[in-house]
Amino acid sequence: MKNAAPEADESLWLLAAAPAIWAAHFLLCYVAAAVWCAKFAGPAGPLAPARRAILALTVLALAGIAVIGRGGWRRCRLPPPPLSREFDTDEDRHRFLGFATFLLSVLSAVATVYAAGAAAFMRDCR
Amino acid sequence: MTTPLERDQESRLLKAWTPPKGWRYWSEVNNTEVGVWYTATAFLFFLFGGALALLMRIQLARPGGDFLTADAYNQVFTVHGSVMMFLFAIPIFEAVAVIFLPQMLGARDLPFPRLSAFGYWCYLLGGLFLCGSIFFDAAPKGGWFMNPPLTSAYQTGIGADIWLLGFSFIEIAAIAAAVELIVGALKCRAPGMRINLIPLYAWYVLVAAVMVLFAFPPLIAGSMLLELERAFGWPFFDPSRGGDPLLWQHLFWLFGHPEVYIIFLPSVALLAMIVPTFARRPIVGYSWIVLSAVGTGFLSFGLWVHHMFTTGLPGVSLALFSAASEAVAIPTGVQLFCLIATAAAGRVAGSVPMLFTAGGLSVFVVGGLTGVMLALAPFDFQAHDTFFVVGHLHYVLIGGALFPILAGLYYYYPLVAGKKLSERLGTLAFWLMFIGFNVAFLPMHLLGLRGMPRRVFTYPAGAGFDALSLSSTIGAFILAAGVAVIVWDVLRSKRGQPYCERNPWAAGTLEWLQEMPSKPWGVRSIPEIDGRYPLWDQPDFERDVDRGRFYLPDADEEKRESLVTSVIDARPVQCLELPGPSFVTPLAALTIGGFFIFGTFGQWVLALLSGAAGIGVVCWWLWTGTSVILSQPDKDVGLGLTLPLYVSGPSSVGWWAMLITMLADATAFLSLVFGYFFYWTVRDDFPPRGAAGPGALWPCLAASLLAGAWGLTMLARRFNRLGRATGFHAAIGGAGALALGGAAALLAGPWSTGLEPTSHVYPATVWMLAAWAAAHGLAGALALAYCAARRLAGRLTARCDGDLENTALFWHFVAATAVITVAVIAGFPLAA
Repeated sequence: MKNAAPEADESLWLLAAAPAIWAAHFLLCYVAAAVWCAKFAGPAGPLAPARRAILALTVLALAGIAVIGRGGWRRCRLPPPPLSREFDTDEDRHRFLGFATFLLSVLSAVATVYAAGAAAFMRDCR
Repeated sequence: MTTPLERDQESRLLKAWTPPKGWRYWSEVNNTEVGVWYTATAFLFFLFGGALALLMRIQLARPGGDFLTADAYNQVFTVHGSVMMFLFAIPIFEAVAVIFLPQMLGARDLPFPRLSAFGYWCYLLGGLFLCGSIFFDAAPKGGWFMNPPLTSAYQTGIGADIWLLGFSFIEIAAIAAAVELIVGALKCRAPGMRINLIPLYAWYVLVAAVMVLFAFPPLIAGSMLLELERAFGWPFFDPSRGGDPLLWQHLFWLFGHPEVYIIFLPSVALLAMIVPTFARRPIVGYSWIVLSAVGTGFLSFGLWVHHMFTTGLPGVSLALFSAASEAVAIPTGVQLFCLIATAAAGRVAGSVPMLFTAGGLSVFVVGGLTGVMLALAPFDFQAHDTFFVVGHLHYVLIGGALFPILAGLYYYYPLVAGKKLSERLGTLAFWLMFIGFNVAFLPMHLLGLRGMPRRVFTYPAGAGFDALSLSSTIGAFILAAGVAVIVWDVLRSKRGQPYCERNPWAAGTLEWLQEMPSKPWGVRSIPEIDGRYPLWDQPDFERDVDRGRFYLPDADEEKRESLVTSVIDARPVQCLELPGPSFVTPLAALTIGGFFIFGTFGQWVLALLSGAAGIGVVCWWLWTGTSVILSQPDKDVGLGLTLPLYVSGPSSVGWWAMLITMLADATAFLSLVFGYFFYWTVRDDFPPRGAAGPGALWPCLAASLLAGAWGLTMLARRFNRLGRATGFHAAIGGAGALALGGAAALLAGPWSTGLEPTSHVYPATVWMLAAWAAAHGLAGALALAYCAARRLAGRLTARCDGDLENTALFWHFVAATAVITVAVIAGFPLAA
């Protein structure tokens, strides 16, 4: 890991990447279940195929979030700053963006598991 | 001791930034003036909404009340909710941000001052239109979320049209303000203010403004569909012709739930500025607060169905949204813990802002906890549409927004007026409001649990509601007395009161650089920043700023200027000349507003004429006031730095504004596409058996023509860069012709197959999508013609090509819109 972190190497989009995966996962789970129940299974039909799709989506989403979170974690594990300072170096900014990315990845992973939990407990379309 | 040079600089700055006098004052566009008008107007609407609430409480004080008729009551609760949400809660966020964001960022103004002013005039016009309607017994009465079929089939007056068109107009203004705030926070920070150093307020504003971009367009799309049904009979929400009222609820709550957080986050942002000041220490957990702001922003888009738990959706859908509704409590809690930790780790000085902060947090926590209860579907089944929900939402909004805003009023008032508000009156107001609020709204939870539905204009005696309802009324009046004390405190004459000292709270953030009384230039020189609390951390900072030792200490041409910096590290990239006062902004608001107002009365010819005039005014505004090529290419901005005066593409603020606007536009479009697939999912007769679609020929031709227009636009940009005038004009002319042809071909599809939009929701949806894409093709053609004219007039050159860069960006979205539209309306029926 290099310590120098030029501005050109940074991106705010990365901060939003993990929550965006959560959003995509959430939307796809919702659409998969809604379309399955409305078009194929009927109001009291079984949910099994949709649950399998949600499980697969969840594994994919968590893997993506983990990759982003790991990148964030690596960036925020630069040598720690002294206690009293103003955070105005390239490394400080790099560490901040890494840490915020990591925290957002953790939150996104928790929210993704919450969403998957919905499918884990529901067995049919009622 | 000020030197003669410094005095000359100050006099030139003063000339550039002093507002016009007399009636021309209203042409001002500077953030400090417009922001104050905006805030004052929002408070006036708040008082109006509050007065309506008192009317409701008088009506409900006793069983069998006859103070208001049922119809008047319906109008009063609808206007109360709508005013508080659309005319107070959201605008006050944007208003406060317009005043203070530039000062917190060390900028002289936001990048598009005229856009702020335009937003304000739209807001004022739309707000007066809506509020005025209640005096003519013509106000909307469908509740603040206007559910069809109540508002489509059962309310024939113009009330619903006023709501749909009036608020669409205001929402466009809100999106304009959001664009301004996002670009301001990203591109107009003082040099050195890296992304990890910006005030938390700016983070929150950034998140909330981005949320506006994605939350408002679904409502604009929904309002368009509902108005098309009301005005022209297109049956989007009429089940007898294939429509479904639930689509409205999806689109409304896709806006409505994030809106709660759009209101809440900027209010917490004020607390994130106030608490460190009074705790005398930096905020605890800066990164954690950023996490919670961004995280809340995202998760809040996964909650909308929790307003629809009783509409019969499959259990798995309810569970999904219930889970997300619980998850959002995590980031929300994190930021509250950070604020409490900051206060606990510092030495908190007692003050009125801190009183409102503590009161607001305690009230909000109660509202948050009842929110967690309502997020559980089985509990919601019981409490839905009862007074429990009314109690919950007021705890959230008054605790999470109103009290923090009042904390901000007492904290920031010296920056606006140069004088403090009264500690004694503020304390009295707080306790009246805090006690009154709890006496008014706590009983509503019990009323709801006892089964009292919301929105009933009266109730029978002995049903268990009498005492609790009376308590709510008494509490409401105590709350109102507290508000009255604040109004008195603000309005009372302060002539004998001396100006307060500079930075009266000894805060550490940049906005407190301001002199007392304030100077119109905002900041004497734009400082170099190297910490989160420069006034605490940087030695001699105030003196150096005042002596003009940083950037842009002078206005040698007596023009308004500020710096544009890079997004991540705030490196200076441009000296931006800002536009000065102009009446073009109220004129644009008036003409565009005319479209919506005439439309409300069904005067569609006048509406179209007014809309066309609006487009003309906007073109004139752009032509005379934007992308101006200056006589010199660059300028010495101080500290040995020379910056260009004109930049284009991603370095420029205009390009970012276009990108952000188009993200909102794309969201509205995707909401319409969502509508198409929603109908396909829930209706077996979408498309109806044997129905003719738009065919394949015309739509495919349209997509090809518009893709060709996109290609030629890119070619025109290339020719322009190479300085090849003939090639440029040929390419841009061809692109314009293909754009017009593409738009016509899009409409020719459903027209040639005889799709009748009033017969069924399927043809109506196809027409809607085709018309949306065609309108974008036409707008794209207009933009191309504008660029061609600019080049002919010498206002666009090979180097100064901002208009063309922005048009090229616009065309990326037009092309994508056209291709997706054709894939949906012509491709999907073949695949499904």
